[in-house]
Amino acid sequence: MRPRVAVVVFPGSNDDHDAALALEALGAEPIMAWHAHGTLPDVGAVVLPGGFSYGDYLRCGALARFSPVMAAVEAFAAAGGPVLGICNGFQILCEAGLLPGALRPNASLSFVCRDVEVVVERADTPFTARCHVGQRLVIPVKHGEGCYLPPPDLATEQVVLRYAPGHNPNGSVDDIAGVCNARGNVLGLMPHPEHAVDPLLGSTDGALLLASLVEAATRKEAVLSA
Amino acid sequence: MRATVRVRPKPGILDPQGEAVLGSLRHLGFPVSQVRVGRLIDVELEATSADEARAQVERMCHELLANPLIETFDVEVEP
Repeated sequence: MRPRVAVVVFPGSNDDHDAALALEALGAEPIMAWHAHGTLPDVGAVVLPGGFSYGDYLRCGALARFSPVMAAVEAFAAAGGPVLGICNGFQILCEAGLLPGALRPNASLSFVCRDVEVVVERADTPFTARCHVGQRLVIPVKHGEGCYLPPPDLATEQVVLRYAPGHNPNGSVDDIAGVCNARGNVLGLMPHPEHAVDPLLGSTDGALLLASLVEAATRKEAVLSA
Repeated sequence: MRATVRVRPKPGILDPQGEAVLGSLRHLGFPVSQVRVGRLIDVELEATSADEARAQVERMCHELLANPLIETFDVEVEP
């Protein structure tokens, strides 16, 4: 049976369908979860997709955090379920306190839309199990507010992905591109793995991250049904 | 009752908006050395006293209007 993965749809999400298509191509059954529902469907993983939830009003992700579905996402994460936030999803997870730090406007003030190289710092997470430490992945970014500012006490182990030297597109501190919670089951990243799953798109490196998540969803479903 | 909240980027935090405005003001010939861009939020609320209004608005700031990691805020309550 295909592992089910929820893709949360906020008003203003716009990469939700691409995330669902990528997950489906990698063997999962994506289930769209509307933000106004206070519960999640029975799934093995959750993806918060990219976009501009609530028009980026106030601060990116600040309002989506109060969507009814977020309480269910928090409970899912607290139970150890893998949660992946991509771009706006990363911003939402930071605002919700599920991830440390904050995302600020790009240092250049320009919206960036291009392929970047990121280096895998940890391969023991549900999101990078198919990668190896030091591996370089080519994945596109497209954002105006992706300058990551870690809290002063961020543990090095929580940095899962870094922009390769010369590839930092937004001024993120210490070239941090992706960060996880202390437990390692919640990851946020600015690059878009769902846009790098087909040779036609120039790179298939994003599939390594999403396929890792699909595998983790399979394991989580096995735990849930046991 | 009416309150005004001013939210500023914390000192030391890179403020690219402020940098861009600084550049434009200099371009216009103004002798400007620093610009920081924040946010001003007017709130009308029900409260029985100015103190109660302030306490409520400060809670709003902590819970939503400001992000303590990157921003500072101050609250003014109109008598």
